[in-house]
Amino acid sequence: MATSFHTTLENLRSTRVWRSIFRRGPAITNRTRSLAIFGNLFLHWLPVKVREKSLRVRAAYYLGSLSLLLFLILVVTGVLLMFYYHPAAPEAYHDMKDLRFVVSNGVFLRNMHRVGAHLMVLLVFWHMFHVFYRGGYKPPHEFNWVVGVILLLLTLFLSYTGYLLPWDQLAFWAVTVGTNIISAMPFIGNKIRFVVLGGHIVGENALLRFYVLHVVILPLLAFLFIGVHFWRVQKDGGLTLGSKEHDGKN
Amino acid sequence: MTEKTKIETGFSSDAKKEPRRIVFITRKTSAKVKDERERKVMTYPHVLVREAIVFEILTIVMVFIALFWNAPLEQLANPQLTPNPAKAPWYFLGLQELLHFFPPFVAGILIPTLVIIALLVIPYFHVNVEGKALCSERASKRFGMVISVVVVLLILLVVVDAWTIMVPTVSVAVLLVASYLSKGTTGWLGVLRTKPLSWWVMTWFISTAVYLTVVGTFFRGPGWSWVWPWGTHAG
Repeated sequence: MATSFHTTLENLRSTRVWRSIFRRGPAITNRTRSLAIFGNLFLHWLPVKVREKSLRVRAAYYLGSLSLLLFLILVVTGVLLMFYYHPAAPEAYHDMKDLRFVVSNGVFLRNMHRVGAHLMVLLVFWHMFHVFYRGGYKPPHEFNWVVGVILLLLTLFLSYTGYLLPWDQLAFWAVTVGTNIISAMPFIGNKIRFVVLGGHIVGENALLRFYVLHVVILPLLAFLFIGVHFWRVQKDGGLTLGSKEHDGKN
Repeated sequence: MTEKTKIETGFSSDAKKEPRRIVFITRKTSAKVKDERERKVMTYPHVLVREAIVFEILTIVMVFIALFWNAPLEQLANPQLTPNPAKAPWYFLGLQELLHFFPPFVAGILIPTLVIIALLVIPYFHVNVEGKALCSERASKRFGMVISVVVVLLILLVVVDAWTIMVPTVSVAVLLVASYLSKGTTGWLGVLRTKPLSWWVMTWFISTAVYLTVVGTFFRGPGWSWVWPWGTHAG
């Protein structure tokens, strides 16, 4: 059974159609395995080879990969949620009720998005602290650290703008508390707060602005910087390994 | 004619000779070459398979959480009805805890801005690239400076009565003093002795941030008063 499956797969990989899609035959030699990476639009930012030591789980605990995967899960669940959501008050709140009581698997969909958001904030923080303790910011990785800080801020803004969207008491007052702090900025605080909220209080305009930021502007920026971040990991020579990994002691 | 020129150039370049390698070793770089020829593996399949497994584990864990925990949904937003306390999302509760002690400009604008600037300049702050221990040289002088900064900070915290910030600060300071006083090089105190100043600063920052976030999330009730998470209170 397993052998016949394997043979079928091998035969499939040798067909003209397979070759036309992937621009190569089966990835069984080092050359075709290299092609599988740099000949593929979606993988070309990865290095073709990595140091064996960087495969160890504790080299980075996959924290960067996990953050990217969470971002992808959040994009998918977020787009699905957008099908059921009106960024208007109080319809937004009724959509939450519909997700709970009317939409098939609506609760599950919303839960996945919420869990993913919390996890992403946690893991991005953890990722940053881990990289710091590993010395991953040292040359030539300086700029990638800066990109990472930008991604941390984008993660926080994404999470925060999403926090308002259910339009319940929790969302409303959390955002009121947060945006009140902007007023403390000298001279321009109130003006900036007006721009963010589209008014003097958290209202329908604020909901719409947060929605546009949450589903268009911030995800696009995050996508852009995530691309730069991963590409730079490869260009700067891969993961920074701790001193223990370098010494080869263990 | 051109062919001849090319050949001549080829001869004069003297390719048979071993190239001389010149290395400049400045004070800030290490002269030690660290194992250049490491074993390497192909990304396809070794990395991709692992990433796929990690993705599956993550998805399974998330599905389990999403099945047994529901995203909160309270009453419809009502600007007339302020909950007490009104809390920001959990990752900003550390800042909200700071707001309790410092004026809004300091806690809400100044400190976050300084933290972000500090994070951004970390890699360009070219001090101690090799990560030498805090007390590796001129130990008593350096230790004295760090401790005096800590004492000034603690006095400031006492003045504003910010004891929730003092708890992690004092804890990290105690570890620092203990590692300085211990003369051994083994055990966890010996490990702490090898840590550079940047490690101490970051550890202090992280422990303070975590402590304030936990306090803000679980231990703050009406009027930002101290409550126990297992106690019953309105709200």
